[in-house]
Amino acid sequence: MSEEKKGFFARLKEGLTKTRNNIVKGIDSIFSGFSSIDDDFYEELEETLIMGDLGVNATAAILERLKKQVKEQGIREPEACRQLLIDSIREQMDVGETAYDFETKQSVVLVIGVNGVGKTTSVGKLAGKLKAQGRRVLIAAADTFRAAAGEQLEEWANRAGVDMIGGREGSDPASVIYDAVHAAKARHIDVLLCDTAGRLHNKKNLMEELKKMNRIIDREFPDAHRENLVVLDGTTGQNALAQAREFSQVADLTGIILTKMDGTAKGGIAVAIQSELHIPVKYIGVGETIEDLQKFDANQFVNALFDIRTTEEGND
Amino acid sequence: MAFESLTDKLQNVFKSLRSKGRLTQEDVKIALKEVKMALLEADVNFKVVKQFVKSVEERAVGQDVMNGLNPGQMVVKIVNEEMTALMGSETVEIALQPGKAMTVLMMCGLQGAGKTTTTAKLAGKFKQKGKKPLLVACDVYRPAAIEQLQINAEKQQVDVFSMGTGHKPVNIAKAAIEHAQKNGHNIVILDTAGRLHIDADMMAELQEIKQNVTVHQTLLVVDAMTGQDAVNVAKEFDEKVGIDGVILSKMDGDTRGGAALSIKAVTGKPILYVGMGEKLSDLEQFYPDRMAGRILGMGDVLSLIDKVQSSIDLDEDKEKEMAARMKKGKFDFEDYLESMKQMRKMGGLSSILGMMPGLGAKSAELESLIDEKQLARMEAVVLSMTPEERRNPKLLNPSRKHRIARGAGVDISVVNRFIKQFEQSQKMMKQFPSLMGGKGARKGKFRLPF
Repeated sequence: MSEEKKGFFARLKEGLTKTRNNIVKGIDSIFSGFSSIDDDFYEELEETLIMGDLGVNATAAILERLKKQVKEQGIREPEACRQLLIDSIREQMDVGETAYDFETKQSVVLVIGVNGVGKTTSVGKLAGKLKAQGRRVLIAAADTFRAAAGEQLEEWANRAGVDMIGGREGSDPASVIYDAVHAAKARHIDVLLCDTAGRLHNKKNLMEELKKMNRIIDREFPDAHRENLVVLDGTTGQNALAQAREFSQVADLTGIILTKMDGTAKGGIAVAIQSELHIPVKYIGVGETIEDLQKFDANQFVNALFDIRTTEEGND
Repeated sequence: MAFESLTDKLQNVFKSLRSKGRLTQEDVKIALKEVKMALLEADVNFKVVKQFVKSVEERAVGQDVMNGLNPGQMVVKIVNEEMTALMGSETVEIALQPGKAMTVLMMCGLQGAGKTTTTAKLAGKFKQKGKKPLLVACDVYRPAAIEQLQINAEKQQVDVFSMGTGHKPVNIAKAAIEHAQKNGHNIVILDTAGRLHIDADMMAELQEIKQNVTVHQTLLVVDAMTGQDAVNVAKEFDEKVGIDGVILSKMDGDTRGGAALSIKAVTGKPILYVGMGEKLSDLEQFYPDRMAGRILGMGDVLSLIDKVQSSIDLDEDKEKEMAARMKKGKFDFEDYLESMKQMRKMGGLSSILGMMPGLGAKSAELESLIDEKQLARMEAVVLSMTPEERRNPKLLNPSRKHRIARGAGVDISVVNRFIKQFEQSQKMMKQFPSLMGGKGARKGKFRLPF
């Protein structure tokens, strides 16, 4: 990967270019093609948002709010309507101020999600990020199922320069968590990152296994600040909602890591999730190198999504 | 169940149509709006949906429907036909070179789609057919990708060719093919790194492989949960690298799998296999008409039949006899034991329920009610009965029930409840054939699975 260092905006915008082009092309044509705000206008808007993977429900909610505002404020121009739409999504996507508290506290971060979304990679990146902030980090490799998952994480741990506690393939992942929690206490670790095996959210037994891990952390380390992050693939469609929903039954989800955001047509699902489940997106993955995990910023995200040029380009 | 499936959605729509008796043009529009929303929620690409709905509408709003005796069924039929037309109507196998000639397959796809796992699954399939596959580790980027392939290959007992991470994938591929020729491998599967379809350098790498070695089939592995973007991914890979077929992974989730429809519609390339689980044997043939049927609320009856046939060792007569007994509600505890045994062979009740037509969301409900441990306990109860008691449950008087409870190590109330439930399910079994009939049985007669 011959990727030079780029700022957050460059990275994000680069990744989102295609998305932006798709959405914005649609939106631009709508706004220019319509002289008034009528049913056809809204219908096309609805379609455009759906194309961006926002989903039927989130789209409906956004449009309903938009229509109400348009009525209340007596807006007649499609262009003003566009601004309202942007503001509405931005507001919805805003991450709370305490979202990243765990980075500075003594905390245990449980990372969960379905197969192939990038959990291990995200844990590796997160470890590198926290380590760079001077935190003492330990990784628990609780994916004892997938072939070579431990080796993969070990490589990331090496890159980040942090220690890792693992278990043999096929061993009980909960025991890895148990060992790691005790190691974290003994070694006065600041942040314990727990990587888990990917599992589809409709597999009952595997979800129970996660619950067990969650219980062990609760029981063995009650004082630690808890952060439960679900990793979602940015290319996933509406199923990501089901995933977020089901994983929140396992542990109280405190945030989302949205990965593979450097491809095309992503980001829409984040709006849908925020709208329906009120779980904030905290990080986005925009590449394969260790620094390609970025804090989620609603403002920049929406701007990039709608191709609004900002002057903060180098403001990383 | 948090999600209402597309199947349920369409069923609801058509239920409301049926109740109206006759279809008006307006009805078709309303129904199709629902179909459209359901398809969108199923992640079928928007443009595909639009095209699809249009073609159904053109056909539906016309003489057939207006004159039809059962308008709801008519729309179902048209939607089904259009869907099947879109998905392709035939099952396609991976085209192998004739005779003893070596076939080279190249896997490609986005990160995390499941290429490495699928590669190992495919190898197992080929091995079963008497081929000698060689897996080639061309993913030199992702940490431990090679180890993952090696471990999986070992489980499948097939060979792996690897040159570590220090070589270009194209050179690895070249060397691998030489190696395969020398060692008598007749199928070579190149497992490449996951890459973004818009990553020009990485896409060029695949082109380079294809330019330098003869790749007979390029297979795109796509996550079944992919959203609207599935068309972009499939299109880019097809245009830049050229794909011959698609494998859908993670179909064992609760995704509605609209991506399948989108990809087929956009690339025209056949979907060959679907990944149905984490076990290395969980790769199934893709049947387009079944997929269409499944989306339309017909359940995956045909897949179920396949599963039943491949795992049940009942002889025809016994099977017929059992089905006949069930129809009459003469299902006794012996049959219960037998059916439990068969069910286990088919991968448990939940996997069967998921394929049942007409159950839809209810299958999820049922599933949550089923506790495998509970089933084991029930089996213990049945096993504690005498053969006579099993065949004739009416014999079960209180003293016999007490003996059974002791024998099974459960409370008498458990035995009572179980027997009561059993009587109820006997009644339910009587209704089963009608549940199985109708649309689901359109292809040949459906055989009861247990």
